[in-house]
Amino acid sequence: MTTFALRPTEPAKRPDDPGKPRRRRRSTASVREGLAGWGFVGPALLIVLGLTVFPGVWALLLSFQSWDGFSPATFIGGQNYADLVTDEGVRAAVVHTVLYTVLFVPASLLLGLALAVALNRRIRFIGLYRTAIFVPFVASAAATGILTTYLFSPQFGIVNNVLRVLHLPQQGWLEDRGEAMLVIVVMSLWGQAAFTTVIYLAALQDVPGDVIEAARIDGANAWQTFWRVVWPHLGPVTAFVAIYQTLQAVQLFDLVYATTRGGPLDATQTIVYYLWKTAFQNLQFGYGSAIAYGMFFVTLLATVVVTLVQRRAGRTPS
Amino acid sequence: MSTETQVLDTPLRQGVVTASRADGTVRRRRWPFSPWHLLLLPVSLLFLLPFVEMFLTSVEPASEINRFPPSFIPTQFTLSGYARLFADSDILHWLLNTVIVSASAIVSHLVLCSLAGYGFARLRFPGRTFGFLAILATIMIPSQLLMIPTYVMFARLHLVDHLGAAIVPWLASAFGIFLMRQFFLSLPAELEEAGMIDGCNRLQVFFRIVLPLARPALATLAIFTLLGSWNDLVWPLVAINNDHAFTLQLGLTNFQGSRRTDWSLLMAGNVVATLPLILLFLVAQKQFVATMASAGLKG
Repeated sequence: MTTFALRPTEPAKRPDDPGKPRRRRRSTASVREGLAGWGFVGPALLIVLGLTVFPGVWALLLSFQSWDGFSPATFIGGQNYADLVTDEGVRAAVVHTVLYTVLFVPASLLLGLALAVALNRRIRFIGLYRTAIFVPFVASAAATGILTTYLFSPQFGIVNNVLRVLHLPQQGWLEDRGEAMLVIVVMSLWGQAAFTTVIYLAALQDVPGDVIEAARIDGANAWQTFWRVVWPHLGPVTAFVAIYQTLQAVQLFDLVYATTRGGPLDATQTIVYYLWKTAFQNLQFGYGSAIAYGMFFVTLLATVVVTLVQRRAGRTPS
Repeated sequence: MSTETQVLDTPLRQGVVTASRADGTVRRRRWPFSPWHLLLLPVSLLFLLPFVEMFLTSVEPASEINRFPPSFIPTQFTLSGYARLFADSDILHWLLNTVIVSASAIVSHLVLCSLAGYGFARLRFPGRTFGFLAILATIMIPSQLLMIPTYVMFARLHLVDHLGAAIVPWLASAFGIFLMRQFFLSLPAELEEAGMIDGCNRLQVFFRIVLPLARPALATLAIFTLLGSWNDLVWPLVAINNDHAFTLQLGLTNFQGSRRTDWSLLMAGNVVATLPLILLFLVAQKQFVATMASAGLKG
C-alpha cells in the first residue's frame, strides 16, 4: 500500500546479473531467451513508444515551424516561443489555470483527508457512505458538464433554488465571470474526491496502531492524537497527492469544454483549452506545439524543483 | 494487489473516535449512534445529489422542469425524454461505438501489457533495462503534447474520423506495462520454475500458470482502461468529426450545443452514458477502489 511513490521505482534489481554468463558463452539458449523477451515486450513497446517518442519529437520540430496542416510548413526558428511570452491569450490562460489549481489542489487534499478520517471507522452504513462518496468517480467529464450546467443553471438549477428558499441572492454561476471557475472547481471535487479519499484512507490504515495506542495511554485526546501522531505519518502521501493533483489540475480541459467552452468572456480558458483552440480551431499547429512544449518544460521544471526541495526538507529533521 | 483490495475494508482500530471510545471512563458516550453519522449522512447525500437529479430530470416532463419557481421533487413521470433521445439521435449507435472502443482497448491492454510486463519482470534479453526505462520516461509526457502530431499522423494514415482513431491510442499504455511488471515481480518465481521443469515453454507457463494468478492486477488494469476509454473526451473530440463515428461522450457534448434546453433528453443521454459504469461500480466496488489506489502509481 505504500507503493505509490513519485520516485519511479527502485532501479530494476537483478539478483543474478544476466550480462555475465552471456558474455562468457553466447549459447543458442540465451539467443532464444532474448528473442522470447523481445517477443513478449515488443508489441506493447512498439505501440507505446510509437505513440509517444515519435510524436513527441515531431511536436518539438513543429514548435519551430509555422504550419496550418495543409500548405508547406516554414521554419521560423524560435519565433513561436517568442510569441508565447508576449501573447495576451497565453497570459490569461496561465492566470486561469493557476487560479483553478490554487483552488482545486488544497481543497481536494483537505476534502480527501476529512472524508478519509470520517470513513475510516467501523460504524453502521459505512459501506453505503463509501459507495455514495466514491461513485461519482465514474462520471465522465461530458456527463459532469451537463450535470453542472443543470445544477447551476440560474433559472432551473437546484443550487439557486436552495438559495431562493433561504432568501439569499441568486447567482449567475457559470454565466458569471467571477463564479464560473469556482463552479468548475466544485464539480471537479465532486468527481475527484474519491481518489484523494482512497489514497488517504489507505495511508491512515498504514499508521501503526501501537503508536496511536501509546499516545492515548499518554493522555492525548482524539484531536491531539490526530495532529501530533497520525498527521506526521501522512506527510509523504500528502506530498505525493499534492504533486499528482497539481499535474492533473494544470491540464484541465474536459470539464471546461463540457461546461463553459472557455467562457464567459474567456474567464475559464485554461492553457490546454487555449492550446486546443490554437491548434484545432485556428489550425496553428506550430504555435500550438510551442504552447504544449512551453507548458511541459515549466511543469517539468517545477516538479523537479519541488521534489528536490521536498527531499531535502524531508532529510534535514531526521 | 490483493492486499489493496482488502485493506480498505478492514479499518484498523485507530480512528479518532475509536480512540476516545476505548477509555470509556474519561468520556461517556451519550449518543445512541456514532456522531460521525451526522457528518457522513448529509455529505453522502450531497455526493449522490447530482446523480439523483440526473435520474429525476430524465423522467420529468419539460413543463415541470421549466416551471418557475422550480420544484424540488417532481410530481409527474414521463419517458418522453428517452423517446426523443432514441428517435432523434444516434445514441444507440454511439453507445455501440463506445462499447467497441472500450472492449478493444481492454482486450488489447490486458494481452499486450501483461505480456510486456511479464517480459520485463522475468525474461532476460539485451535492451531490457533500456526498454523499461524508456517506457517509464514516457509516463512523464503529458498527452496534450502529443495531440497535434498524433492527429497529423492519424490523418495521413486515414484513421481520422474513423472509430479506429479512438481505439489505437488505447491499445497499450506505459502505465499498464508498469503495473503488470510490478505485479509479476511480486509473484514467487518457484511456480514458474516448476512449470518449466515439467516441460512447459515460456508461453505455456505464462498463460497456464502466471495469468490465472494475475487476476487482481488484470482486474485493476481492465477497470483503468475501461474508465479511461469510456470517458475519454479530448482525443475523440480532436480525431473524430464525423457523427457516425461519434463516441457517447462526443455525442453528449454535441447535444449541449444542439439541444441546449431539452433537459430531459440531455439527462436521458447522460443516464445512457453513465448508468453502465455506475452499475459496474456497484457490483465491483472493491476492484474500482483498488484501481483508484493504484492509479496513484501513474504519477
